[in-house]
Amino acid sequence: MISELIINAFLVSIMLGIGIALLKSRSVIYTVLLTSAYSLVAALMFISLDAVDVAFTEASVGAGISTILFLAAMAFLPREEEKNVTSQVFPAIVCLVLGGILIWCSYDLPQIGLASSPIHQHIAPEYIAGSRNDIGIPNIVTSVLASYRGYDTFGETIVVFTAGIAVLAILKNNKKEVKKLKSKKKVLDNG
Amino acid sequence: MDKNPILRIATKILFAPIILFGLYVQFHGDFGPGGGFQAGVIFASAFILYAIVFGLEKGKELFPLNINLFLLALGGILYGGVGIASMLLGEEFLSYNVLGTSNQAGQHIGILLVEFGVGLTVSNVMIALFYAFADFKRSGETK
Repeated sequence: MISELIINAFLVSIMLGIGIALLKSRSVIYTVLLTSAYSLVAALMFISLDAVDVAFTEASVGAGISTILFLAAMAFLPREEEKNVTSQVFPAIVCLVLGGILIWCSYDLPQIGLASSPIHQHIAPEYIAGSRNDIGIPNIVTSVLASYRGYDTFGETIVVFTAGIAVLAILKNNKKEVKKLKSKKKVLDNG
Repeated sequence: MDKNPILRIATKILFAPIILFGLYVQFHGDFGPGGGFQAGVIFASAFILYAIVFGLEKGKELFPLNINLFLLALGGILYGGVGIASMLLGEEFLSYNVLGTSNQAGQHIGILLVEFGVGLTVSNVMIALFYAFADFKRSGETK
């Protein structure tokens, strides 16, 4: 119990430190790498909550591939972020009040992992029993994800597909426009 | 693109194990942590690593764009196809029970196919995005 507390305090303080560093950083590459580090710490956090599947996803998607894609996309961005000149007092107040409310509400939450908490009483027992008897695979997460919640996962896959297609379409259109502009420029230069 | 021998040799050594690990995560998702989303990303990372180190041209030689886009769509179609197949066999959409000889066997087949569909779509979306960004960058540079 006490070791868990120490680990959680350690992870949260690292996350807090990365968050503050993110606020301070103006260099885009530094921001991307800090975001990646944040994801990695979040993955460790999920492991300490015994959610290995989520941790795996966070580490591979959040810390891995999205960092690569951000770095690839960074080529279109200026290297330095512009300095924020607007007042940050009001956003700070909103954040503090909201954070305070959330912390206050967290006292009403049931203890983490408590079997008698409402979330574990609703449909989870059915899934846990059914995963062994009806589906017969040991990883309950997979049986919920692919079978019980197959519709949702289908939707997720289609979302990934649609997002990919949309980005490809936008980039391709831009490319054509660049070409068009170039040919126009050539005509202007020649004429 | 990169003349650094350490990077080139490390990539050549790492490429196959990354693919193997991707396959493990893909098909071991029933028994341990893993599944289509994670495996897809791991697959994509192998091809992206190759394209980063050896250049986009070589990357596209290894994994051509038209195959990439074909597989991108195929993943979603495979997932939906499993649903349609279970409907044609007289059950509801995505009810895997009818796919095998017993309910459990049907569930196993259904989950395996569906996860494979997810893996295909996710990995190919990632690779396609990387290709698009890398390509776009160069076309912008020549401006």
